[in-house]
Amino acid sequence: MIPTSFDYKKASSVEEALGMLGDDAQILGGGHSLIPALKLRLNAPGTLVDISKIDSLKVIRDNENSITIGAGVTHAEIAASDVLAQHCPMMGQAANAIGDIQVRNRGTIGGSIAHADPAADWPAVLLATDANVIIQGKNGKRTVDIDQFFKGFFETALEEGEIITTISIPKTAFNRNSTYVKFKQPASRFALVGCAAAVEMDGGSVKSARIGLTGVSEYAYRATGVENALAGKALNADTIASAVSGVTDSVDVMSDHYASEKYRSHLAHVFVKRALMNLSYSK
Amino acid sequence: MTKYIGKSVKRLEDKRFITGQGKYTDDIKLVNMAHAYILRSPYAHATINSIDTSEAKAMEGVVAIYTGADIPEAIAGVPCGWQVNFKNGDIMKEPPHPLLVRKKVRHVGDGVAIVIADSKAIAKDASELIDIDYDIHDAVTDPKAAAQAGAPLVHADVPSNTCFDWELGNPKEEVSAAMASAAHVTELEFANQRVVPNAIEPRSAIGHYDTAHDRYTLYTSTQNPHLTRLLMCAFVLGIPEHKVRVVGPDVGGGFGSKIFHYTEEALVTFFSKIVGRPIKWTADRSEAFLTDAHGRDHVTHAKMGFDADGKIVALQAYTYANMGAYLSTFAPAVPTYLHGTLLQGLYTTPKINVDVTATFTHTNAVDAYRGAGRPEATYLLERIIDLAALEMDMDPAELRLKNFIEPFDGVEQEGYVTQVALQYDSGNYAPVLNRALEMVGYEAFRKEQAAQSNGKLLGIGFSTYIEACGIAPSAVVGALGARAGLFESAQVTVQPTGKVSVYTGSHSHGQGHETTFAQVVADRMGIAIEDVEIIHGDSDRVAFGMGTYGSRSLAVGGSAIVKSVDKVLEKGAKIAAHLLEASPDDLDYADGKWTVRGTDKSVAFGDVSLTAYVPHNYPEGLEPGMDFSSFYDPTNFTYPFGAHVAIVEIDKETGAVKLKRFIAVDDVGNVINPMIVDGQIHGGLAQGIGQALHEGTVYDESGQLINGSYMDYCMPRADDLPSFEVDRTVTPCPHNPLGVKGAGEAGCIGSTPAVVNAVIDALWKGGFKVKDVPMPMTPERVWTAMQ
Repeated sequence: MIPTSFDYKKASSVEEALGMLGDDAQILGGGHSLIPALKLRLNAPGTLVDISKIDSLKVIRDNENSITIGAGVTHAEIAASDVLAQHCPMMGQAANAIGDIQVRNRGTIGGSIAHADPAADWPAVLLATDANVIIQGKNGKRTVDIDQFFKGFFETALEEGEIITTISIPKTAFNRNSTYVKFKQPASRFALVGCAAAVEMDGGSVKSARIGLTGVSEYAYRATGVENALAGKALNADTIASAVSGVTDSVDVMSDHYASEKYRSHLAHVFVKRALMNLSYSK
Repeated sequence: MTKYIGKSVKRLEDKRFITGQGKYTDDIKLVNMAHAYILRSPYAHATINSIDTSEAKAMEGVVAIYTGADIPEAIAGVPCGWQVNFKNGDIMKEPPHPLLVRKKVRHVGDGVAIVIADSKAIAKDASELIDIDYDIHDAVTDPKAAAQAGAPLVHADVPSNTCFDWELGNPKEEVSAAMASAAHVTELEFANQRVVPNAIEPRSAIGHYDTAHDRYTLYTSTQNPHLTRLLMCAFVLGIPEHKVRVVGPDVGGGFGSKIFHYTEEALVTFFSKIVGRPIKWTADRSEAFLTDAHGRDHVTHAKMGFDADGKIVALQAYTYANMGAYLSTFAPAVPTYLHGTLLQGLYTTPKINVDVTATFTHTNAVDAYRGAGRPEATYLLERIIDLAALEMDMDPAELRLKNFIEPFDGVEQEGYVTQVALQYDSGNYAPVLNRALEMVGYEAFRKEQAAQSNGKLLGIGFSTYIEACGIAPSAVVGALGARAGLFESAQVTVQPTGKVSVYTGSHSHGQGHETTFAQVVADRMGIAIEDVEIIHGDSDRVAFGMGTYGSRSLAVGGSAIVKSVDKVLEKGAKIAAHLLEASPDDLDYADGKWTVRGTDKSVAFGDVSLTAYVPHNYPEGLEPGMDFSSFYDPTNFTYPFGAHVAIVEIDKETGAVKLKRFIAVDDVGNVINPMIVDGQIHGGLAQGIGQALHEGTVYDESGQLINGSYMDYCMPRADDLPSFEVDRTVTPCPHNPLGVKGAGEAGCIGSTPAVVNAVIDALWKGGFKVKDVPMPMTPERVWTAMQ
C-alpha cells in the first residue's frame, strides 16, 4: 500500500495547473479513485498536479438558465445545495448515495466524471440532465455535450493536458422532475445499477424524457429506446412496464461475481422502472 | 463480596484505545530498524525456474535480499501443532511449510523472497526489480474437487491431495440402520464458504537480535506469545527458548487468525541476526487477504432421519475440509475435534456418524476462525433441522423443543454423554428458545408473515446451538492430537503496599481482560479495582501462557488467577492470625480485612502484605513475600448454548435480503461483566451474519483470489444490521471456580444458520421450495432461487 515515488505540485489557478501538466503528470482532485490506484501501484504517474485548492473550481453558481458546478465541488456540497435541490433533485439524491460521509466530503464531481468509472453515479445523472462539460486546455476552453463525453471503459472526451473546469446543468422542466435510484454493490457501494430519470410532462403525457444508466455497461449510457417509447404516453405502471423492455438493447451488459449479465440486465429493468414510478407518483 | 462481579464496569483499557494511545507492533520503532517486504507469488501453482535479485540488490537503501535458497536446509518451515491420523492409523500428511519457497509456489501469496531495506517503500520498490521465471501449472481450489482423480497435486507426495480422512461417532452401519427406520429423512448438500478474518490491525512482526546478550526479541501481533515462542524456537529456528523474548503488545483483533505461528515471524527473527539490525514487517491489507489464515471452507453432505413424531433417529455427515496449501498451526483440529464432536448439538440424536476428508488445495491456509469448527457443526445441524421442519410441515421451534436433551446441572445430574466423544458440563436448553420466542412475538410474527403481500417475502429462522469452550484438559486434548497442553498460568504478586500485579498467560486482542480479570481479583480480594493491574503478552514478564482463543480466557485463565488469589489469601490468613494472635481458622476475610470471628479485632490486607515484606513480627517458619503462581488445567470443556432468531425480508424483484430483527438468547454461564459479554455477542453476531449474507472468498479457475480488497469483499457494516435484541439465561459451569463458560464466539456460532434459515423460510412461504441458497446469500443468488 505504498505508491511509487512521485512529484507533487499544488496549483492555485487553472492556468497554473495547465502549465504544470506535462508528460507523465496526472491531476489530483479529491483523490478517491486516484490514491487507491497509486497505493495498489495500478497507476504510477511521475507528477501529481493538485487542483483541489483552486477556489474557482469550487463554486456552485445559479445562473439565469443554468446551474454551473465547478469541477472541484464535492459530493457533499452538491448534496447540500438548495438550488440544485430545487432545479434538479436527482443531483442531491445521487450525491447522497455516493460512498460514505468521508468520501462525500473529499470526492469531487469533476474527478468522478474525468475518471469515468463504469459504476460511478455521476455519469448516469449528468447524462439525464443534458449537461455540458466545460474543459480548459492550453489553447483555451471548449464545451462538450455530455452525450459526447463518455467514450468507453474509463475513457472520455478529455484530451491530454486538459482540465474539466465546470459542469453546466440546464434549468429545464425535466430536470425539475428528476430522480436517481441505485442498487449498490454491497462491498464498494458503487452502483451495481444506477438509474437517473428526468421527465417533462405535458398535461397527462410525457413530453420528453432523459434516462441515464450506470453500472450496466462499460460506460454510462442513455436508454434512448425507453425515452422514445415513453414520449406522448401517460406515465403509469403499464406504460412504464412496456417502455423499459428495451433498456439494455444495444449495450453489452457487464458480468462479475456480484451480478451476472442476466441479473444485471434484470436489475437495469427494475431500476429504470422504479425511477420512472417515483416520477409518476410525484405528478 | 460482589462489588464488581456482575457489574458493567467500563473497560479500563479503553482510555488508551479511544485516545489513540494504544501501542501496536507497527507503532514500535527501534534504533537502526530496517524494513522488510515479502515478495509473494502471483500464481497459485507454479515452478520457479530462476530468480534474479541482482538489480534489486543494487538499489540504494537495500540491505539484503534473501530467497528460499538462502534459508538453511535445517530450517524446514513452520510446524503444525495438531496431529490427526487417517482412519487406518497412518499419521496425517504434513508437508513442510517453508519460510520462503525453494522451488514451487502453492498458493497466491506464497513467500518467494524477503527484501530488507532502510524503508518499506525502498523494499517494495526493490521487490519490483526482482526477476522470477515461473512455469505456471493448473490449480485446484475446491476441497472436494481436490480429492477427485486427476486433480492437480499440491504436494507431489500427497496422493489425492488428501491430508487425512477421519470419522467419529457410531459405526456407519448402525447409523444407516437407524436412518432406514426413519419416517422422514432430510438430506442437504451445502458449502460453508471460506471467509477472511479481517482483523482491523494487519499482522506485524519485528525481529531484534541483541548481540550484547546473545538474545532475540520478537514483537508480534499475536493472540499467543508463549506458544509462538515455543513453536518458533523448538520447531523452526532451533534457538533455545530462554534466548528469545516474545512480546505481543496491544493487538487489534485476531478472530483466530493471530493464534498461529507464521513464517514472517521466523523470517524477521532469523534475519535480524544476519543483517545485524532489527527488522520490521507489517502486512498491508492486500497481504492480509492473501496470507492471514482463512476460516471455514467445508463442503458437506448430510442426512438426518426422523421418526413419525419428529424425534431425530440418526445423523450422517460427510465433509470435505479445505486445509489450503499448507497446514497452519491448528488446522487439522478444526474440521475434526472442534466440528465432529459438536454434532450432537442440543439434541438426543441416538446415532451419529461424521466422516471428514481434509484436502490440500492451491489456496492460502485455513485454520481456526471465530468459532473454529463449531460454527460449521452448528450450521450443519441447524440448517438441516429447519429444512426438516419445512419438509415435514412442522413448526421449527416445536421440532427443536421435542428433541432437546433434558436439563442437567452437572452436579445433581451427571453431565450429558454424547455419541461423539464429549460429556456436556451443564445445560438447560428449552428456556433459551422459549425466551427467544417470547421476545420475537412468534405467533404474531407468523400472522404477519402469512398476510404479507407487498412484493416482499418475510421469513423467520432459528438456530439453537451448543459450543465447546476452554478446550481442555491437557491429557484429553493430547490424546486427540494436540501437540501442546491447554492449561493456563497466572502469577499474582502482592506488592508490599497491598497493590496487586497479576501476570496472566491469556492475551487480550480486544476482549477486555484488563477489566474482567481485575473485577475478579478485586472482588475476591475485597480491594479496589484500581489496586489491581493485569499484565499480559510478554514472555519476559509472564512466565508461561497459552494465549487467547476458543473463548478460553476467563474459564481457564481466570480460573488460574483465582487459584493464585486463593493462595495469597491462605498465606495472608496465616500472617493475619499471627498479628491478631488468633488461629487462622477463627478468621473471616471480607472487605479487604481479616477479622477474628465474633470480635472487632481485625487487620487490613495492606497491613498483612506489608508484614509479608517487612517480616519483623512474623509467623515462625513462613517464607516472606506474597507472590504465587498457579497452573490451571480444567477437568472438562465448558459448553455455552443459546437460541438465535432472525427475521428477514426479501425484495422479490431484486432478491435483496434485509435483516429486520435479530434476537439472541445466550447462556454463557456466570457473567462477570455484562457489558463486555454483550459486546462480544454483538460482534460475534455481526460476523456470523456477515458470513450468511455478505462475506466469502471468490477464486477464479487459476487460483486467483479475485475479491481480495474491501472494494470486492463485503464486510458487514452497521447499516447492514438491525439493533440486536439480546438476553441471557444463566446455567453455571459446574467445574470451574467462577462458574463461567465463555462468550467470545457464541454470537458467531449461532447466528449464521439463523439468517440462512430465515431466508429459506421466506422463500418456502413465498412458494419457492428450495433446499439451499449458497452463502453469502447475495441478491443475485436469492433472486436466482426465485426464478
